[in-house]
Amino acid sequence: MDIWNRHIECMDRDELKRIQSERIVETVERVYFNVPYYRHKMQEAGIGPEKVKSIDDLWKLPFTTKQDLRDNYPFGLFAVPMTEIVRIHGSSGTTGKPTVVGYTRDDIAIWSEVMARTLTCAGANRNDFIQIAYGYGLFTGGLGLHYGGEKIGASVIPISGGNTRRQIQIMHDFGSTVIACTPSYALYLAEAMIESGISRDEFKLKAGVFGAEPWTENMRREIEDKLKIKAIDIYGLSEVMGPGVASECLVQEGLHISEDHFYPEIIDPETLEVLPEGSMGELVFTTLTKEGLPLIRYRTRDLTRLNYGRCKCGRSMVRMDKCIGRSDDMLIIRGVNLFPSQIESVLLEMSGIKPHYQLIVDRVNNLDTLELKVEVDEDFFLDKISQLETLRMKLQDNLQSSLGLGIKVTLVEPKILGRSEGKSNRVIDKRKF
Amino acid sequence: MIIPQLSIFLENKSGRLTEVLEALGKENIRIIALSVADTSEFGILRLIVPDPDRARALLKEQHFTVNISEVISVRTPNEAQHYARLLRILSDLDISVEYTYGFPHGKEAVIVLRCSNNEEAVKALENKNIELLSAKDFKDF
Ligand SMILES: [Zn+2]
Repeated sequence: MDIWNRHIECMDRDELKRIQSERIVETVERVYFNVPYYRHKMQEAGIGPEKVKSIDDLWKLPFTTKQDLRDNYPFGLFAVPMTEIVRIHGSSGTTGKPTVVGYTRDDIAIWSEVMARTLTCAGANRNDFIQIAYGYGLFTGGLGLHYGGEKIGASVIPISGGNTRRQIQIMHDFGSTVIACTPSYALYLAEAMIESGISRDEFKLKAGVFGAEPWTENMRREIEDKLKIKAIDIYGLSEVMGPGVASECLVQEGLHISEDHFYPEIIDPETLEVLPEGSMGELVFTTLTKEGLPLIRYRTRDLTRLNYGRCKCGRSMVRMDKCIGRSDDMLIIRGVNLFPSQIESVLLEMSGIKPHYQLIVDRVNNLDTLELKVEVDEDFFLDKISQLETLRMKLQDNLQSSLGLGIKVTLVEPKILGRSEGKSNRVIDKRKF
Repeated sequence: MIIPQLSIFLENKSGRLTEVLEALGKENIRIIALSVADTSEFGILRLIVPDPDRARALLKEQHFTVNISEVISVRTPNEAQHYARLLRILSDLDISVEYTYGFPHGKEAVIVLRCSNNEEAVKALENKNIELLSAKDFKDF
């Protein structure tokens, strides 16, 4: 297994901490003197930059949230003059204004470096053909992968998202070995590959790097079975950098965070206390080298936990678990916390149905109601009403026992539930608050 | 004596049955026998057609959930006592009938059955000299 930057990625953790401490001191000084918003926030909290002498002092600083980015839309949190900014990206901004991120030339170089680590983690090298089916544009997915792919010397195919038939054709004709897209789109591609009638042997695909939305271990298994590839989970968010913040290695036991550039903490989302090592909580990032948009203790809303043990691959960089969901996605149903990924886990433990679902939340007479639409697996479907009824009741029982919620299950025909070509729309909340 | 039958899963929403039949109609597929079983949530459409493999492929292309199941069929005079007699033969041997449907053919009736064990059912009915139909017989209907 190759490692892109062995010196850093396998570094002794004490040495790493020394680098992180040096960098946090510089970062805090930089934001204090260059970004009025951070300066005011720190002054309000009664903390000057002299109070931060090492990474151990980080907890003293106030958090930054997506709202802070919106309040400073578009460029208010940039820490360099606009003449230094060479690239601007933004989040999709489904609610309200998008969040805007600016990169200096050095930021782009570091982004390419961490993406090179990510792709090497997935087993890619200069011999590979990387088909980038993430969207290009303001979204960071496409260009992030693109620069990393070029950095490792692979042949990059910037096909961008959508047009599934063409994706399959290019994948076949160009001999793509690595695909980069969202996991839900990977499943969509798997089906399209079967429908194309071209035999799997005629494709050279061996790995996929998937991210930009939460997905479960079970979904990974389905992708690996159907596409016959190694499915690697990658993590990143545009505010922090884009893809490349963390990536699984081929061991697939957690995602290595590029800690020399992005410092992670886990906090309790309610009390905001830093939690002890190994606890599940909300992931918070501080950028250590970013110039354009440095972020101090940025709340990601992603829920995970950190593992500091050395990985079998040899890397010493801390590993985060696959995100179990976003605190934003969390539904509160009759007072019970529910993550859509929990539903998927229940579905995948059962035969007879496919892991594609749509959850419809509604409120009838002040009571939350849940309906889960799931597809019948054709290989399982015979022609007995009783068999289907049994399946439906069993799924209802399993959901009740593992989630503690009564959910009405409806069996539906396949391919109706959106395997949308981007983020999948698995939850429809019709409740009006 | 085992006859292949198409089983199609249908969501309970208007127009789905029409869409199945239109898809088959477009390709001039003849329907020999048809039955619908439904609950409040979903339904199963069962069809006997001359070339079930082709019909299945066609419906798969249209993204229907479709499978081929096996049934048996007999021809009896068009009177209740004859229907009752063959059900009695089966129940005496503890062979249960999962579902059944029929259609008239001249003065006779053609009965389709899915049994807990189709092979044993065939044997039992043949022993009692009941006329069983083959897939080929169906093509001539
Ligand atoms: Zn590793």
